[in-house]
Amino acid sequence: MTTPTQIESGDPRSSIWLPVASLWWREVVRFYRQPSRVIGGLGSPLLFWVLIGSGIGSSFRNPAGDAEMNYLEYFFPGTLTMILLFTAIFSTVSLIEDRREGFLQAVLVAPISRGSIVLSKILGGTTLAALQGMIFLFLLPLAGVRPSLVGLVAAVLMIVLVAFAMTGLGFLVAWPMESTQGFHSIMNLFLIPLWLLSGALFPAEGAATAVQWVIRLNPVSYGVTGIREALYWRGLPAGAALLSWVTCVLVTFVFGLFTFAMSVVLALRPAGGRR
Amino acid sequence: MSDEPAVVVDGLAHRYGECEALRGVSFAVGRGEIFGLLGPNGGGKTTLFRILSTSFLATAGRAAILGFDVARDVANVRRQLGVVFQSPSLDKKLTAAENLRHHGHLYGLRGGALRSRIAEMLSRVGLADRASDRVEHLSGGQQRRVELAKGLLHHPRLLLMDEPCTGLDPGARRDLWDYLRQVREREGITILLTTHLMDEAALCDRVGILHRGEIVALGTPAELTATIGGEVVCLDSPDAASLARRIAEKLALAPRVVDDEVRIEHDRGHELVTRLFAEFSGEFRSVTVRRPTLEDVFIQRTGHRFWNED
Repeated sequence: MTTPTQIESGDPRSSIWLPVASLWWREVVRFYRQPSRVIGGLGSPLLFWVLIGSGIGSSFRNPAGDAEMNYLEYFFPGTLTMILLFTAIFSTVSLIEDRREGFLQAVLVAPISRGSIVLSKILGGTTLAALQGMIFLFLLPLAGVRPSLVGLVAAVLMIVLVAFAMTGLGFLVAWPMESTQGFHSIMNLFLIPLWLLSGALFPAEGAATAVQWVIRLNPVSYGVTGIREALYWRGLPAGAALLSWVTCVLVTFVFGLFTFAMSVVLALRPAGGRR
Repeated sequence: MSDEPAVVVDGLAHRYGECEALRGVSFAVGRGEIFGLLGPNGGGKTTLFRILSTSFLATAGRAAILGFDVARDVANVRRQLGVVFQSPSLDKKLTAAENLRHHGHLYGLRGGALRSRIAEMLSRVGLADRASDRVEHLSGGQQRRVELAKGLLHHPRLLLMDEPCTGLDPGARRDLWDYLRQVREREGITILLTTHLMDEAALCDRVGILHRGEIVALGTPAELTATIGGEVVCLDSPDAASLARRIAEKLALAPRVVDDEVRIEHDRGHELVTRLFAEFSGEFRSVTVRRPTLEDVFIQRTGHRFWNED
């Protein structure tokens, strides 16, 4: 009869990162083995961008500044954010099905902390969304935007932060859900408006005062603005422009930390007999 | 330490809102035993399985696995446990070996030791040549074998299995049982499984019958069937209730009515049949005489037929 000290398996406490890295890698691998997800996450925002962008075309007037800017160009950062939102949030839907019939059942009874389960899931979604977002950056020339190198680096940083925050948001919605139908209604009722009212589709400046306030209070707005500003950098910004961008980074970062912390709290809390 | 039972369940209760799924269940499983929890669906098996596998917290009572309390010492319990769920827990987009590799990582296994363990387990379940096939391309039976390899990969000392034979054909079921016995002999691990199949329960060392959240019978299959008289006589009758009443009056027996059937437990069933034909010929459509099974034990203890739950 073996005693606990003779168990051949290693002590999981010896490496907190092994399970996190393993589960993170699984998210990435399974995503790229489902071409429909890769294409779906990019395809529909791309279609939106081309159809809405060229449909509205030059009838759009940007009240914020550049009168030359057409809608295809204005809508670019918004579309990018939509890609991040879709990929990040849909990467968390699997939590719902996996809990009843799938991989998650076994993960939940493994000797690893809930924190590492949350972290691996959110890092996985962040990676996938950020990669999809970066692919979309290759279309910048089509929008007529020629960003500087510094601007590109800054935009990528912003993309990663937005992806992280959006995955955390998706986790918060998906974890307590019993069915994917429930998830989709929350998605339509809450997550899509979050994107619509972020300056992605129209600038805050021309909107009604109430809408302007919603946009100002919506954390997603700071992601859209942060990406937009970075793409138009000529060299490093200074003064008010820098302050504005740093605000965008901080708000998105804090929002990301908040959704992550709430996800951990949620995952630690027993619910309906579940532990 | 090693005299301590592998599993101790003491007054365990669980409710979902108003519904009482378990009402004070107590039993123990000895080390190295194959213990079966038998019961109809909805009897509380799955709830008990979820509590023991640390997915759910019990509302009342306690359970300990290899000396560790499942509610308070969950980290230690999880390290000892191998779990095979009823619904698949494999990632179908990954290969068999990839699934096992991720699983090993969750239990702190890595590198060469993990690789050789994966190869060992896959060849033991006869899937060495399918290691790099995606799980979605394996047959149902092969997927179940990968689940089993996964459950045993990290050298658990207690294997919990929820309805392990669901979806297996008779041949595959026989293979599984041969393998479970081998594992028990070789590694001395304890196996606790749930089942709704009588013939499967009969293969366990000991069985607990779970009905409406309570253990209604507990013992080896032989002990349980021995509590019933030597033979069971069943009469299929259009008016079972009245036939039973008259049999009780005339022959001083205690027949039981289950659906359209009159059941009599009797030491000398075959002799009883002759008398039944003499006295009540024409009042029943058919008669059968057989050795008692676990199903008879279930009916005796609950007054219900196994399948017609409510």
